[in-house]
Amino acid sequence: MCDAAGADSLCAMIDVVGLTKRYGAHAAVSDVSFRCEAGTVTGFLGPNGAGKSTTMRMVCGLTVPSAGTSTVVGVPYLALPNPGREVGVLLDASAQHAGRTGREILTLSAMVLGVGRDRVDDMLEQVGLSGKAATRRVGDYSLGMRQRLGIAQALLGDPQVLILDEPANGLDPEGIAWMRGLLRGFADRGGAVLLSSHLLNEVEAVADRLVVIAGGRIVADGTKADLLRGAGTRVRATDHDALRRAVADAGLTSETVDGDAELVATDDAEVVGRMARDAGLVLLELRPADGAGLEHLFLSLTSGVAEGSAAAA
Amino acid sequence: MNVPPIVDALIRPGAITMSTPRTDPVPPTPAGPTATQATAPRGGHAAPALRRLVLVELRKTADTRSGRWLLISAVAIALVVAVARCLSGDASERTFQGAFELTLFPLALLLPVMGVLLVTAEWTQRTSLTTFALVPHRGRIVAAKLGAGVLLGVAAFVLSLASAAIGNVVGSIAGGADGSWSMSGDLLYQSLVGQLLGVLIGVGFGLVFVTSALAIVMYFALPTVFSIIRELISGIRDAMEWIDMNVAFEPLFEGTATGDDWGKVVVAATIWVGIPVAVGTWRVLRREVK
Repeated sequence: MCDAAGADSLCAMIDVVGLTKRYGAHAAVSDVSFRCEAGTVTGFLGPNGAGKSTTMRMVCGLTVPSAGTSTVVGVPYLALPNPGREVGVLLDASAQHAGRTGREILTLSAMVLGVGRDRVDDMLEQVGLSGKAATRRVGDYSLGMRQRLGIAQALLGDPQVLILDEPANGLDPEGIAWMRGLLRGFADRGGAVLLSSHLLNEVEAVADRLVVIAGGRIVADGTKADLLRGAGTRVRATDHDALRRAVADAGLTSETVDGDAELVATDDAEVVGRMARDAGLVLLELRPADGAGLEHLFLSLTSGVAEGSAAAA
Repeated sequence: MNVPPIVDALIRPGAITMSTPRTDPVPPTPAGPTATQATAPRGGHAAPALRRLVLVELRKTADTRSGRWLLISAVAIALVVAVARCLSGDASERTFQGAFELTLFPLALLLPVMGVLLVTAEWTQRTSLTTFALVPHRGRIVAAKLGAGVLLGVAAFVLSLASAAIGNVVGSIAGGADGSWSMSGDLLYQSLVGQLLGVLIGVGFGLVFVTSALAIVMYFALPTVFSIIRELISGIRDAMEWIDMNVAFEPLFEGTATGDDWGKVVVAATIWVGIPVAVGTWRVLRREVK
């Protein structure tokens, strides 16, 4: 057991160990392990069909794993007497009865959770669904509004852990920025967030850690800095061909990205700079590969495995 | 580009014991996740009482437009039938009991449908994702739905009584009615049993067949198939009286069940309530919630 305020100590709010789910001969999730600690936002990244949702459902006791275990706040989900008070779960914002109003859906959850009705109004207010929107039927909601309602539902029990599957789907840019702020604040107060997405740029701004899954397997797990270490150096010159030759002559490997830039497999920008000077190149850009590098990394990590598993299947 | 540096980053903290006791006071957090002492057991929040879950299930039957209309139409139909009974037909049947008896039939048709929807709405509207995330012990949800079904059956029984009373008053005022308030005690309790069995059959069929349309069709089709078999094959006619719910439950709605009839009720109830509820519960407990 660990305590929510102990952000200074390593504290697994979600601990997934060797989760595996097989459907017949097909393994949707294979030996997935990761941890989410208090005070952090963990981005759970992977292409569609990589096993993110299946993993999250297993953590929440909705899908029985073929093998492996998971705990939330130190105990298996099924052992939590009133799980909504510890873990806020949003697995599919569209999985709501279209005929209920937003307020009614939260009221039903509030009854199960044992929280007051005033909490329902607070949450509606917090996600921007108070007033008229609260009394409209969810069937008339946009996907973005459903996501907001789903986040309100997840927060209703004042949990310490949030498990959100693709919560940014359908949110407009303003909504995505709002959600980032909300999740950051939640983590900064000692909570743990597990947030899945198939789009890297949705989570990289808010996530402290990234867990990348492809073909049902974890292919990368670490802090953003960890993952970027080795992401390389991005360099662009007036003469692209000369740049490529110079890199090859220097014994470095590189890849062309964005048409006319090279991603050199070294983290030492000075090495690349000196190489360019020696080759008499005019540089337009020289910097550690960050976002673009991460995206490149994400694509390379996920595509290879996805193709491999597709070939196997 | 090389992947190995990333693979290095996969190294996880490993198994770390979390038992180190905290001695420093935990600072209060102003909002958001509630700080809990290290010694306090996790999951200290009590599980919702079954009574509360039953209330939630009942509320779910009335908080959608379609659900509300189903309930409103049940009330309207019972009232119309009871009043019509006390305004027309044989004067000797224009009584409290006559009206009560007649309201039983439309409600006996609606109750199993309500029982089915109590369960299947979770799957067709995919609210099961929320329901079972909040109450992972799915057996408790099944129990709550059975409890809500029983309360709906009792409510239908009370509705029959109330509309029969209104009908009898209206009939007496309009004249030409017997207007008697006498009521058979046997009819009262037996019809309640009949209505409860009906709604529970609905819940059971909902549990087994999962989708509303399939469960409702099965509810109406399967007993009819049994009735047809009973008519066609004379050799098993006696045996089928114990299995065919249309035959076995019929005396309950007339208040005439005695002796052997109760044996048939018990056997038919086991087949049409007991088995579907047991099989359906087993299915729900194992089913993947998506």
